[in-house]
Amino acid sequence: MSNLDLSIKIGSLELSNPILLASGTVGYGNEISEFIDLNKVGGIITKSISLKPRKGNKPQRIFETPAGMLNAIGLANVGLEEFISQKIPFLEKFDVPIICNIAASTLEEYVECVRALENFEKIKAFEINVSCPNVKEGGLQFGNDIRMVAKITENVRLSTKKTLIIKLSPNVSNISDFAKVCKENGADAVSAINTLVGSAFDINSRKPKLSNVFGGLSGPAIKPIAIAKVFEIHRAVDIPIIGVGGIMNWQDVIEFIIAGASAVQIGTLNFIDPTASISILEGIKNYFVNKNLTSINQLKGSYILDNGN
Amino acid sequence: MLITNSVVVEFLEIQKGIFLQKLKSPEIAEKIKPGQFLNIKVSEGYYPLLRRPFSVCDVEDDLIHIMFAVYGEGTKILANKKIGETVNILGPLGNGFNIDDDYDLAVFLAGGLGAAPFPYLTRKLNNNKEIISFVGGRSNKEVIKYQFPNLLIATEDGSEGFKGNVVQLFENEIKKFLDKKIKVFACGPNGMLKSVSNLIKRFNEEGKNLTCEVSTESAMACGFGICQGCPIQDSHDPNRYLLVCKDGPVFNVNDIEL
Ligand SMILES: Cc1cc2nc3c(=O)[nH]c(=O)nc-3n(C[C@H](O)[C@H](O)[C@H](O)COP(=O)(O)OP(=O)(O)OC[C@H]3O[C@@H](n4cnc5c(N)ncnc54)[C@H](O)[C@@H]3O)c2cc1C
Ligand SMILES: Cc1cc2nc3c(=O)[nH]c(=O)nc-3n(C[C@H](O)[C@H](O)[C@H](O)COP(=O)(O)O)c2cc1C
Repeated sequence: MSNLDLSIKIGSLELSNPILLASGTVGYGNEISEFIDLNKVGGIITKSISLKPRKGNKPQRIFETPAGMLNAIGLANVGLEEFISQKIPFLEKFDVPIICNIAASTLEEYVECVRALENFEKIKAFEINVSCPNVKEGGLQFGNDIRMVAKITENVRLSTKKTLIIKLSPNVSNISDFAKVCKENGADAVSAINTLVGSAFDINSRKPKLSNVFGGLSGPAIKPIAIAKVFEIHRAVDIPIIGVGGIMNWQDVIEFIIAGASAVQIGTLNFIDPTASISILEGIKNYFVNKNLTSINQLKGSYILDNGN
Repeated sequence: MLITNSVVVEFLEIQKGIFLQKLKSPEIAEKIKPGQFLNIKVSEGYYPLLRRPFSVCDVEDDLIHIMFAVYGEGTKILANKKIGETVNILGPLGNGFNIDDDYDLAVFLAGGLGAAPFPYLTRKLNNNKEIISFVGGRSNKEVIKYQFPNLLIATEDGSEGFKGNVVQLFENEIKKFLDKKIKVFACGPNGMLKSVSNLIKRFNEEGKNLTCEVSTESAMACGFGICQGCPIQDSHDPNRYLLVCKDGPVFNVNDIEL
């Protein structure tokens, strides 16, 4: 155990361990702090913040599917002003890095949010959620448009010295092309993946189960897809990857790291067991000790593709 | 909020298709209030993945009771639990009923499984208030009478009691009680809560001063406010939703739009 060191560095962001709590699955930390010591996780990624508060979608917002769930929350959030006045002071009580996730409906809005938050010491990094409709281009998601992802990365990079992470959408044909433009435009890392687009209908009423018709699929059902995306990026682009999608236990985390992830995010699992991140961390430590590993880098991307290779 | 593995200590079918499960959880039993709920993981696997919310039905020493019917996969698994098996409980969750305010007569309005929270509420009122219960269902088979004091029944098919719904029955009967300070506690399907809300608004416009708390339901994932999956319209601010799990599930009827 003596020289085990699970810490990692992404840009200027220093994490004591690779377990992060995913955006939209921990709010702004308040509720989950009643269950766990937040100082023990590697970092907290706050719910997507937008320039103005968003009310979010009408009910029904949640529908359970086999080994997963669809959500159409509609980026409901308190908005930049209340985030600054109410949420940051609460988070300041903890000695844990805060990564602020940002959502926007125009390129300018992303930049404006980052500028407004740049001087807050407590925020150590930005994670840019590009799975948002681009209102200037007919509501098409930024994340599906490689030119827009490049532009957002470039413009946000110019506005911040903090670590910049772009959270990629899996709903694209070649995710590593997207990771490549993120790197070329100055991103420090990418997160993969956001939720997959899904839908469900009621066979009696013939109506959609979600008021928004479409929702984002998360949970263990999407883990094999997330692993594949992390692996694809790792093979093609030299950029740190934060793996996210369907993690339910420590074994899943190890699998993500082997596939190429430097760190991971726990999402839907927080809803089922808000203490899971802590037990997962213990499991990882045991695995490292048993395998005589002392750092994340020794395991990261250590997949073996051919016999004897 | 606590998470406990709780053993099924007793399991009764109180009437056809309606189950009462008694779960051992001294920590939660000590804290929970009427109208609060538990979010229960019925199995360890990934299907069902999410917890299932249930109102606390009653508390007896270190036992928490829940009342349910088989609805889908989760309640089916719960109904097949044997005595000695465990479920994982997260609770107590949400805000319960306010029972200490100023009224003489507690009126209970329950539709279908909306009967669930009333045994514990009755126990906590502890004979300090007069209670009258109005309970409804489609037919007398669906009316859950379990532990309701001073019970009046409404069935839509007229198979027992008043023919019609429970809100109509309450409207017909209320004249008899208008000399008292009344507080209404309602739990049932959304349609029922909406007509309760309309009726209370009308009564109050007519100058009858009733307070009313309703226990609401919604699909939800976490049950404690982080997923934002269970919005309900705030009646004081059109730009804001409240959350059923955290701001409710019990609301003053004036605070939400049903
Ligand atoms: C605060 C609260 C208290 C409740 N108390 C009781 C109780 O005491 N007794 C009882 O029998 N039932 C109660 N319910 C309803 C109970 O939670 C559902 O019947 C149960 O989730 C059904 O699970 P299932 O797997 O059998 O059904 P399925 O239909 O297979 O699965 C239920 C799924 O539907 C979703 N869902 C959609 N609409 C609703 C809704 N209105 N309420 C709950 N889930 C919904 C859930 O998120 C869940 O994922 C309560 C619900 C809430 C929100
Ligand atoms: C209810 C819910 C809300 C979410 N909200 C956000 C959000 O605001 N911003 C964001 O970038 N991702 C959001 N996500 C996506 C998660 O951060 C994560 O990428 C995804 O759920 C996959 O991980 P999981 O399978 O472990 O949940 C949300 C997910 C869920 C389930």
